[in-house]
Amino acid sequence: MSGVRVLVGTHKGAFILSSDGKRDEWEVSGPLFTGWEVYHMKGSPVDPNRIFVSQSSGWFGQVIQRSDDGGKTWTQPGTPPGEPTTGPGGMPKGESNKFVYDSSAETGKPLTTHQWYDGSQHPWEFKRVWHIEPSHSDPNTVFAGVEDAALFRSTDGGTSWRELPGLRGHGTGPKWQPGAGGMCLHTVLIDPANPNRIFIAISAAGAFRTDDGGKTWKPINKGLYSKYLPDPTAEVGHCVHRIALHRSRPNTLFMQKHWDVMRSDDAGDTWHEVSGNLPSDFGFVIDVHAHEPETIFVVPIKSDGEHFPPEGKLRVYRSRTGGNEWEALTKGLPQRDCYVNVLRDAMAVDSLEKCGIYFGTTGGQVYASSDAGDSWSPIVRDLPAVLSVEVQTLS
Amino acid sequence: MIRVELPPHLRALAHVEKEVQVEVVGPVTQRSVLDAIEARYPMLQGTIRDHVTQQRRPFLRFFVCGEDWTHHSPDAPMPDAVANGSEPILIVGAIAGG
Repeated sequence: MSGVRVLVGTHKGAFILSSDGKRDEWEVSGPLFTGWEVYHMKGSPVDPNRIFVSQSSGWFGQVIQRSDDGGKTWTQPGTPPGEPTTGPGGMPKGESNKFVYDSSAETGKPLTTHQWYDGSQHPWEFKRVWHIEPSHSDPNTVFAGVEDAALFRSTDGGTSWRELPGLRGHGTGPKWQPGAGGMCLHTVLIDPANPNRIFIAISAAGAFRTDDGGKTWKPINKGLYSKYLPDPTAEVGHCVHRIALHRSRPNTLFMQKHWDVMRSDDAGDTWHEVSGNLPSDFGFVIDVHAHEPETIFVVPIKSDGEHFPPEGKLRVYRSRTGGNEWEALTKGLPQRDCYVNVLRDAMAVDSLEKCGIYFGTTGGQVYASSDAGDSWSPIVRDLPAVLSVEVQTLS
Repeated sequence: MIRVELPPHLRALAHVEKEVQVEVVGPVTQRSVLDAIEARYPMLQGTIRDHVTQQRRPFLRFFVCGEDWTHHSPDAPMPDAVANGSEPILIVGAIAGG
């Protein structure tokens, strides 16, 4: 019997929502990691029982948690309770929350600086993990996109983390700058057909691609236009909110930018706008139907200064033409007095025969559609503000 | 034994009750006590002070014998009452945010 598991990260803990393939009735478990911010949780495609969680706090910093039994029990990978707390040689094993930026091999000093809010240069300072992306082929390999923006990789199941410094070191780092939410690397997409090709996105630097497994990177922002930049077509500095791809067409990328919905058909080398008839092309989430690579979903938000749906109507917009032509999906969603936001990692799709779509709001609702967006209903209504939503399709 | 009272979130991470006890060899200071806590509970590394800089996290405070020791030197000897175990060190999360 197939089923789905929806992994929900919130401002005050995590929740797991489970259902069978019909997706009519849901079991809600949680809160997990109560009181902590869970920016993201995601399961391994290789071993769905292995789930990684980014747990963070303004007081206590970053913690990585891992479950190997589908979310029933959790440990910090480097320090399972009950096991010796030191490794060979007596060294403490508390590595799972240790994210240390690389230094320059030549100088031994921190690798590069970035632009601060006042235009001065500022050293990189680790804040938190925004996004966790498990490998498609190895359950022990997992990537972490962090603030201040960098990409880390673990090859031992989240026990220890090493930066892929080629991203910050490729030269444009001093031009990157924090957005309102901080300078975060929030999107990590691994090409399903080529694990050496990875796309990432940073607010506010833009999108980048590696074709050699993370050694070298290049900005892929040609075609983006950002009027808040002195040079609106600059190589970097764009506030990309989210990128999505369909696994059957990894060269086609869809982007929700600060403003503008964009599309690339050459793996990000060039982009063109597909905002079309959207009521607002500002927003955070974007995702692709599990079985229809030209069917995409966004949730328009009024503006960068007003982070709520236009006219107080919560509407998912669907395009079946890969952009430009959009239809509003409203059945089951509040169509008056709704002033929530849907954050960048808070939409996901399942891969059941009839594609299910899920999104969470800052008002604590998690909405689900089991008919590709035609109709919606809330699984839960009153969680803390939802930061992220991921879905596991279980067989 | 040195007694340390942890804030609730760190107790949950370390799977301990309100108060923990650690042994410190040599002078009892903020640094030696935190070293002992992190050695005994490595899951707390990075949560009280930064992994690399060893700087206290800004929203944490250290209270000792009714005094705020947050801004004392990390190598300043703590009172005898802490060293002999009659008073705990309180690690407190600042009242901030929601």
